[in-house]
Amino acid sequence: MAVRRLHPEQPPSFAFTSENLAWVQETVAKYPPGKQASAVIPVLWRAQEQNDSWLSEPAIRVTADLLGMAYIRVYEIATFYTMFQLAPVGLKAHIQVCGTTPCMLRGSEELIAVCKTHIAPHAHERSADGNFSWEEVECLGSCANAPMVQIFKDTYEDLTPTSFEKLIEGFASGKPPKPGSQTGRQVSAPAGKPSTLTDPSLYDGSTVGAWRKRFEQMANQPSPIVPPPAAAPAAPAPPPPAAPPAAAPAKPAVHPAALAAMANAGLIKELQDRGGDKPLSPDQMSAIKARMAATGPMAATAGSDRPETLSAPRGGKADDLKLIWGIGPKLEKGLNRIGFYHFDQIAGLSAAQLQWVESQLDDKFGSAERDKWVEQAAKLATGWQPKSQAGDRPNVDGPNPGEPVAGGPKPGKG
Amino acid sequence: MLLEDKDRIFRNIYGFHDAGLKGARSRGSWDGTKLLIDQGHDWIINEVKSSGLRGRGGAGFPTGLKWSFMPKNDVRPSYLVINADESEPGSCKDREIMRNDPHLLIEGALIASFAMRAHVSYIYVRGEFIREREALQRAIDEAYEAKLIGKNNIHGWDFDFYVHHGAGAYICGEETALLESLEGKKGQPRLKPPFPANVGLYGAPTTVNNVESIAVVPDILRRGAAWFASLGLPNNTGTKLFQISGHVERPCVVEEEMGIPVRQLIEAHCGGVRGGWDNLLAIIPGGSSMPMIPAAQCQDLTMDFDSLVKLKSGLGTAAIIVMDKSTDVIKAIRRIAYFYKHESCGQCTPCREGTGWMWRVLERMEKGQAEKREIDLLFDVSKQVEGHTICALGDAAAWPVQGLLRNFRHVIEERIDQYQVAHRDAAE
Repeated sequence: MAVRRLHPEQPPSFAFTSENLAWVQETVAKYPPGKQASAVIPVLWRAQEQNDSWLSEPAIRVTADLLGMAYIRVYEIATFYTMFQLAPVGLKAHIQVCGTTPCMLRGSEELIAVCKTHIAPHAHERSADGNFSWEEVECLGSCANAPMVQIFKDTYEDLTPTSFEKLIEGFASGKPPKPGSQTGRQVSAPAGKPSTLTDPSLYDGSTVGAWRKRFEQMANQPSPIVPPPAAAPAAPAPPPPAAPPAAAPAKPAVHPAALAAMANAGLIKELQDRGGDKPLSPDQMSAIKARMAATGPMAATAGSDRPETLSAPRGGKADDLKLIWGIGPKLEKGLNRIGFYHFDQIAGLSAAQLQWVESQLDDKFGSAERDKWVEQAAKLATGWQPKSQAGDRPNVDGPNPGEPVAGGPKPGKG
Repeated sequence: MLLEDKDRIFRNIYGFHDAGLKGARSRGSWDGTKLLIDQGHDWIINEVKSSGLRGRGGAGFPTGLKWSFMPKNDVRPSYLVINADESEPGSCKDREIMRNDPHLLIEGALIASFAMRAHVSYIYVRGEFIREREALQRAIDEAYEAKLIGKNNIHGWDFDFYVHHGAGAYICGEETALLESLEGKKGQPRLKPPFPANVGLYGAPTTVNNVESIAVVPDILRRGAAWFASLGLPNNTGTKLFQISGHVERPCVVEEEMGIPVRQLIEAHCGGVRGGWDNLLAIIPGGSSMPMIPAAQCQDLTMDFDSLVKLKSGLGTAAIIVMDKSTDVIKAIRRIAYFYKHESCGQCTPCREGTGWMWRVLERMEKGQAEKREIDLLFDVSKQVEGHTICALGDAAAWPVQGLLRNFRHVIEERIDQYQVAHRDAAE
């Protein structure tokens, strides 16, 4: 958070040029009718560009009127987003020095020292002639070219105090150097000899069309995917079915969606053996499934991740799944609907199966993994009772980059 | 084994070749896109699912699964929103995609939009990337011109692609803050649920994906999920743009296989750590929000989601910040703490107050003007911030501080001792 206020001295008025007004019309048209407020940042930015790179109070009002927004809403935008300069900046250059850690490690502090001696002792202060100003900004996203500065639209990268001084002189004399790396390297490629992308066949057009073979085969055979590196079967293979009929485009006897699922699970060999025209018997299907579950990297991610379910609770009495933290009455109902009634059922799920379960539920909170349903269920299955009827919140240690922590009761410390 | 050139997706990431439509076509873009689209919505989603692609924006959520959350029969329009608000310190990959290989992204956006039944896609480019969004707009204009996208295009799926931009708020990289900003408000994150797939942009179903996640999709579909899944490690498949900054000889952005050992990555592409491998102090593996990893653990460290989580860190955006032994590690983290203080949106109290508080304590610790009991206090406060905010910025601010305290507590203690000795001497 930064406290940002409008400049005490404001010009009396602001008006967009007719060219910019036409541009505003075009920009508003990018958004659905009635959603013209979406254009507020681009329009304010255009106002800033038109006004010597700073945003005045009258420009905020004009923008609000154009977009049918309350003044306060646009004022909020102008003060929230730090690229809006609320005070006049250097006419020839406003230098934004990136000072965040990656640039700091490579010497941005020396650049700031140059700013202080050559421009003005403080950020946002203009030089005596009004031509220059500077500020330290947060990461500008050119970390492999650190340290760097941005001046209006362009970035100047790989700077040293010397090349930075030259850059300032260039702007003063009206002949700024070419933007980009000041050491002459190409964007963020490693300096010197390239370490990658040296194979000429990438650029002679030979990659075009080379991939189509796979799809031509697909058109002839119902196997949309090339099999992953084969893994040794862990269970006896089903009896080989009859040879496939030649070339004739046989209508698959299994539902196409099922075929796709099988293909995704890596069941290509079976599909090919069968020639795609005979449904597998349930026994064959489950034999294949068991084999796939035990082998192959694809097994865990797709297709075969449908876990065993029950049609009714064992002994007619279901466990209280609400004792799992994160599961409420609605989710419990959903779980029952798809055939989950007991803790041990959930405890036995693999990560992929858990994903399948979530995909079947109406409320997709994506929280099953984060809330560690499996771990919780395993604990509950032992007969352990949580302190609260809502269950005990599992410890989520360290970074959990998957999802930000959702709402709900969050017991504080103490 | 390093990734071979033939397996690279970003074939013009350094802009040595023509970034325009003609150049992109010669490298295989827009080649038979109709054939891919003709395979159907579900085929595309399944293929992306089985490729094992995990989101490249930092969280690593499976991309295909995310797409499958989009409702199929909804009266509301669906939106694909592409997150190009690349602001995580250390990250600088999406910038190169947008200015040097934009057609990969545009083609990916068309295919992804088709897969999730969206006719409109917005890309939210961070405000500072002015030249990048100009480059992207040029490529989009070419694509419209050639009828590759737009109404009644040659692919049979009406698709409009609009460039939108921000104005310097890191928080807008958080998906719901991004949507707020795109609707013309302050970028303050929304509570989830409802998730964007149900209530997103303008209250309609929306999927937000990172630039890199979208740009790799056409190649995955052409070469096949199995090809992509054969690269990298199980559950961490494919290739990834790594960004190496800080104390290496030749900092760069480079595409490599997921799970590459960090030492190999740095030595093969960056000319090694400044002063040699033994001069390494620590790395920050995934952009500034990820806790640092000391050199001792870097020896055999592989760069993938799962192995980094095991070390209580994360892959994030695969932006590696390298620090050699000359680094003042307290100062490095103090600067990151300042970053989060600056970028907190101010909505949740623990983050708004906590980020500033942590920064001020680190300012003192950097000079040694602190007491040792404050180290534990700082850790405790970081735990009060973590997990108690609407979005993950609170976590992102807390983790680097925790990483410092876990791994370099002795440095802080020494600094305090030195300060006290110096000042005792001065007082005498």
